[in-house]
Amino acid sequence: MPKPKVAFYWCASCGGCEEAVVDLADAILGVVDAVDIVFWPVAMDFKREDVEALKDGELAAAFVNGAIRTTEQEEMAHLLRRKSQALIAFGSCSHTGGIPGLANLYTREDILKRVYIENPSIVNPNHILPQEKSVETEGTLRLPAFKDDVRTLSQTVDVDYYLPGCPPPVNLIVNAVTALVEGKLPPKGSVLAPDVALCSECPRNATKPEKLTLKDVKRPHEVIIDGERCLLAQGVICLGPATRSGCGAACLNANMPCTGCMGSTSGSKDYGAKALSAMASLLDSNDAEEIKEMVGKIVDPAGTFYRYSLPASFLHRRVGHPG
Amino acid sequence: MANTVINEINNSVVPESKNGRRHIVIDPITRLEGHGKIDIILNQQGNVDRAFFQVPELRGFEKFAEGRRAEDMPQITSRICGVCPTAHHMCATKALDDLYKVDPPPAAKKIREMVYCAFFIEDHALHFYYLGGPDFVVGPTAPKSERNILGVLGKVGLDIGKEVIGLRKQIRDLIALAGGKVIHPVFGLPGGVSKPLTKEDQEQFIAGAKHAVEFGEFSLKIFNDVVLKNKEYLDWIVSDTYTHQTYYMGLVDSQNRVNFYDGMLRVVKPDGKEFVKFKVQDYAKHIGEHVEPWSYIKFCFLKDVGWDGFSEGVDSGIFSVAPLARLNAAEGMATPKAQKAYEEFYKTLDGRPVHHTLANHWARLIELLYAAERMLELANDPDIVSPDIRNIPKETPKQGFGVVEAPRGTLFHHYQTDEKGLISMANLIVATQNNAARIAMSVDKAARGVIKNGKIDDGILNMVEMAFRAYDPCHGCATHSLPGQMPLIVRVLSPHGGLMQEIRRD
Repeated sequence: MPKPKVAFYWCASCGGCEEAVVDLADAILGVVDAVDIVFWPVAMDFKREDVEALKDGELAAAFVNGAIRTTEQEEMAHLLRRKSQALIAFGSCSHTGGIPGLANLYTREDILKRVYIENPSIVNPNHILPQEKSVETEGTLRLPAFKDDVRTLSQTVDVDYYLPGCPPPVNLIVNAVTALVEGKLPPKGSVLAPDVALCSECPRNATKPEKLTLKDVKRPHEVIIDGERCLLAQGVICLGPATRSGCGAACLNANMPCTGCMGSTSGSKDYGAKALSAMASLLDSNDAEEIKEMVGKIVDPAGTFYRYSLPASFLHRRVGHPG
Repeated sequence: MANTVINEINNSVVPESKNGRRHIVIDPITRLEGHGKIDIILNQQGNVDRAFFQVPELRGFEKFAEGRRAEDMPQITSRICGVCPTAHHMCATKALDDLYKVDPPPAAKKIREMVYCAFFIEDHALHFYYLGGPDFVVGPTAPKSERNILGVLGKVGLDIGKEVIGLRKQIRDLIALAGGKVIHPVFGLPGGVSKPLTKEDQEQFIAGAKHAVEFGEFSLKIFNDVVLKNKEYLDWIVSDTYTHQTYYMGLVDSQNRVNFYDGMLRVVKPDGKEFVKFKVQDYAKHIGEHVEPWSYIKFCFLKDVGWDGFSEGVDSGIFSVAPLARLNAAEGMATPKAQKAYEEFYKTLDGRPVHHTLANHWARLIELLYAAERMLELANDPDIVSPDIRNIPKETPKQGFGVVEAPRGTLFHHYQTDEKGLISMANLIVATQNNAARIAMSVDKAARGVIKNGKIDDGILNMVEMAFRAYDPCHGCATHSLPGQMPLIVRVLSPHGGLMQEIRRD
């Protein structure tokens, strides 16, 4: 029987997802042996024509990381969708928008202005901006367009599965590829990670009070964080209760709170809203002034609760100019 | 991506070219973070009018950092690059120390620097063995099928391959032990680190560092045996095609020795004499960023000299960073074995500064050995297991500056905040940006040097590639090119847009 054909591709991302695949080299050797990787631009020849030449649905699976910000990325997403039986959104950026998705808090023009005109080390008296087409003495040069907003993969094409995390944990990648090879993939739309909250695998779970309440909100740099106790019990916002498990509580192991990169457990379509309401329900006061004061200490709700998921949320982007 | 660009040229760009010029596109250059391409424009004689090195990507971190909590910056900015997340994490953390005017306890500083050295070791090892090394260990003119990691193993032995993979894994696991995750660590806080190290952790760091010192010595021996003893390779290193006389910048300690984690910025002139030495807080007085309409990357230059286009010499403000530049900008290494290697380097290449871009590969290995020796010193330091790892910030934040040497060169973070510590301005000058102008010149010079009368073949492609590969342009993808070569497609198009010649390197 021929080996199943697999493709890897990346869009607007940092390369960490690709590095995660490289890091699991040992763990995945047997699995890699069982598939035929026909397209992986960073590791193999880049042949878009070769993908175009495939029959529709000839790829058993395509793993796509990164968010969608350019028309090129959009085209590649459509192409890989057409050629794949299973399209897998790989990592936070592809799944829910990721950290680059925070750019949806600003307009395209805001970004270009800050980056190329306003910053203190810029020397650009004529306010030159990168252009899609620029005519130099020697010839005409092109750049891809920087689109108005960041979109997730599933806001661009139909997606079959999601591998969450920034980057996805090694064991989840191995499990996903194994399930693919063995033809044991779960129902379409599944997130390929345990469907329970992170607290369930947190080594500090035993120290989580039965009735968890927040009397005060502390930022991580304001307190010495106890290395054994539940962070919420110490007043530090930890998104474990709202976040899917599967990472082995990696950030907690470094004595830092969960920031939610794995996204939501099933049953919530908006991770940020879920995280926000989970925290709000812990605030232990009936006094309006006191509540206002506590909420006031959550100084950046967008960056705290929607850090990895703004494009995927109902909000999607800021409307109107922030100024 | 590549083919989109090529198609565009087929459809529209070439007919717009003047005087029958031909347009060559080398795309993709997958070792750029995101994407990169080279546009080469030939005149009617088939010689190079100009080669452009373009970075066609932008995500806008400097803008969407606004409104974020300052203490989140180490984790937000690490997402700029998944290969060098530790560099951004560390630079941001140091900027937070400065923002809150809080000095970390000795143990915290030592843990940070030790983890940082570990990061340099695995990252430099990756570049030498997987990416840059094949050109030398196997040879620039070797068959293309051998110019990769497999070719390296063929030349130096399979056991060494296992050693490279094993060492990188051991060191990367140590970074995760202290930092939570190796891809996007989380341990940096203003005034310290989030977690102390145990005695058992310390033992593991000592074992890893000892292993790395042996690995560093052994890598330099390979370089000596395979590269330096081969006259042809040495001739390549010193050839004019890969040489630029520019300024150099790097962090140095109080004795002007290379330091990755902290110190003063020192810039030397093309003749090697000190031009300026400054604190990171003064970076904007000295470093300017120039914008071109044809690339999303900004090109850094020395303001005191000025932007004079893509030109070299003492009157052009273009400078270089990364391993060769760091060695040139310093007067020595702070550890004994690396110092010996530093002296050998300048003895062989006729004194400081060295202007040969390809010498970056050698300089990188000297730095690897320094990082390993320094990591061992810190791991053996009794302070490293002290539980005293945090000082709580007390000051009202306003402005903070951070600098580190990333493997690929100097990295600056500059933040301004409101009184609650929410970012109101973030300026990030990343390593490859500091090098961008010199890289652009290197690509242009290499293309001019090797493309004559329209003749293009695979060897020529590799020569153009080598011009930027030596800088290890940062980039997610650097690591991903497992076979150690990037796929390249060059198409030569007629003035009417028809395909005249295509060269592929699969």
